[in-house]
Amino acid sequence: MTGLFSLVKRSMKVYFKDKGMFFTSLITPLILLVLYATFLRNVYESSFTDALNEAGVSVSEALINGCVGGQLVSSLLAVSCITVAFCSNMLMVQDKYSGVGKDIAVSPVKGRTVALGYYIGTFISTLLVNVVAAAVCFLYLRSVGWYLSGADVAKVLLDVVLLVMFGTALSSIINCFLSTQGQMSAVGTIVSAGYGFICGAYMPISQFSEGLQKAISFLPGTYGTSLLKNHMLRGVFEEMGNQHFPAEVVEAIKDSVDCNIYFMDEKVLQSNMYICLIAATAVAVLIYVMINALMRKRTV
Amino acid sequence: MSNIIEISHLVKNFGEVKAVQDLSFRVKEGELFAFLGINGAGKSTTINILCGQLKKDGGAVRIGGMELERNIDKIKGSLGVVFQNSVLDPTLSVKDNLQIRAALYGITGKRFQERLGELAELLKFEDLLGRTVEKLSGGQRRRIDIARALLNRPKLLILDEPTTGLDPQTRNTLWNVIENLRKRENMTVFLTTHYMEEAADADYVIILDSGKIAASGTPLELKNTYTGDFITIYGAEDNEIEKLGVKYEAERKLFRIAVPDTAAATQLILKYPEVFRDYEITKGKMDDVFLAVTGKKLKNAEN
Repeated sequence: MTGLFSLVKRSMKVYFKDKGMFFTSLITPLILLVLYATFLRNVYESSFTDALNEAGVSVSEALINGCVGGQLVSSLLAVSCITVAFCSNMLMVQDKYSGVGKDIAVSPVKGRTVALGYYIGTFISTLLVNVVAAAVCFLYLRSVGWYLSGADVAKVLLDVVLLVMFGTALSSIINCFLSTQGQMSAVGTIVSAGYGFICGAYMPISQFSEGLQKAISFLPGTYGTSLLKNHMLRGVFEEMGNQHFPAEVVEAIKDSVDCNIYFMDEKVLQSNMYICLIAATAVAVLIYVMINALMRKRTV
Repeated sequence: MSNIIEISHLVKNFGEVKAVQDLSFRVKEGELFAFLGINGAGKSTTINILCGQLKKDGGAVRIGGMELERNIDKIKGSLGVVFQNSVLDPTLSVKDNLQIRAALYGITGKRFQERLGELAELLKFEDLLGRTVEKLSGGQRRRIDIARALLNRPKLLILDEPTTGLDPQTRNTLWNVIENLRKRENMTVFLTTHYMEEAADADYVIILDSGKIAASGTPLELKNTYTGDFITIYGAEDNEIEKLGVKYEAERKLFRIAVPDTAAATQLILKYPEVFRDYEITKGKMDDVFLAVTGKKLKNAEN
């Protein structure tokens, strides 16, 4: 236990003392927020207003802003929980090429403790960055249109925790096979560019082709994004109900922004989304542990 | 003295490359053991196996009487390793680095503070504790590397080219500390080095070539077996030296004559006492031994 605590402490200290590592991680969600607010906001807003106008429903500007804002920040958090995990988990690869990993390996600490140390260290630093990002997102929503309850905020934070656990597990698995800074940067770039699309953050899954939607419904990240969207927009939908929006219109909006996700044409309940995300994280952590055990077999 | 390392018929291959071939040797407790060889001779592979970083393909390795693979955690607790390059976290302070590493051995709190104090005094780095490792000079960093390896009071200290790139003064300081500890705490030192004068001070030397032992023995045995003696004559004239009828090398104010052994030197001196007014007899150097055994020069042999 002393060894594990010490390794986690080391991860945290190295992470926060290495300004490059910390700022790279922190800047990712901030850049995303600026990009979303600058470019995507108008697109989301006009498509939303057009759809409501077509349905013959009039909406207040605050509600539109709350809806579009909720959609934007939930997408941003869904992406940053994963991409920041990849940025924060650099230490694991750095230790391979700097030789520090070898120094730790000659100590009597077990390989699985070392692996767990990296996981917990990355989880904590990624969570800290994402909690800061979530706080900025809440401030943004406060300024454009706030419809969240205390429970919604708590659920969003829970979603962030789960997604960070999932992202950390994914990055840990991939980093097991990396040993250079170049490989690490390449993976970071690919994940940053690709993950937003496949989890439905950059574009709602509902806009993809049917085949692609089916394929994406098998990916656990999709459910993490959907949970965030459900919790960020719950208050907005409630307000729509209060303003006597037809229930079909609200359901159509939920469909269009991926609050409703369908697996084999069956609507997935939020409880099942949680089960899916937690199970996927557990499996990913198990795979990470197994990879480490197999790699240790090459040593004594 | 009992054996702290017992290696029998050790084999390690990397695909087609036979890195270590049927290697067998013993290291006695408390001795300074030197392991020499050019790059690729199999030194690092053997060290990696001893530290549990690499799995052997064949043979047996026992450390402190325990079979390596079955007791790896216990064995690791009694090892200290100084790697070729510094492997501390450069952005962390010296104290943070040592504290984190000590905790991996279960050394925390008061025990750590006491050990830190001892090592800081021994290696003279009290004033460096708050400095980040990246801001230290090469010599300072090496002192901290050695302190890290000594945190757990190892029974076996593995030094993998520990003084490469250091100035002679720092090298001497480090060796004085290691020698003191070795004698005081009966610590065994397993050394690989490119500096032959360091190997010359060892209790036992193994020269490795292409994964096999090419020669082994005490430095004196090796010198006696693989090199002759040298007589250096001062203040003699050219014609006097020519009269000896042996090959010689002339330098500014001296002549150097290679003889097969000390007996041959004595014979020559007794035959021509008038030439040997001021002279000295020296053994061959470890450089000469290495060259004679492997036909190769170590890259830093000139140092």
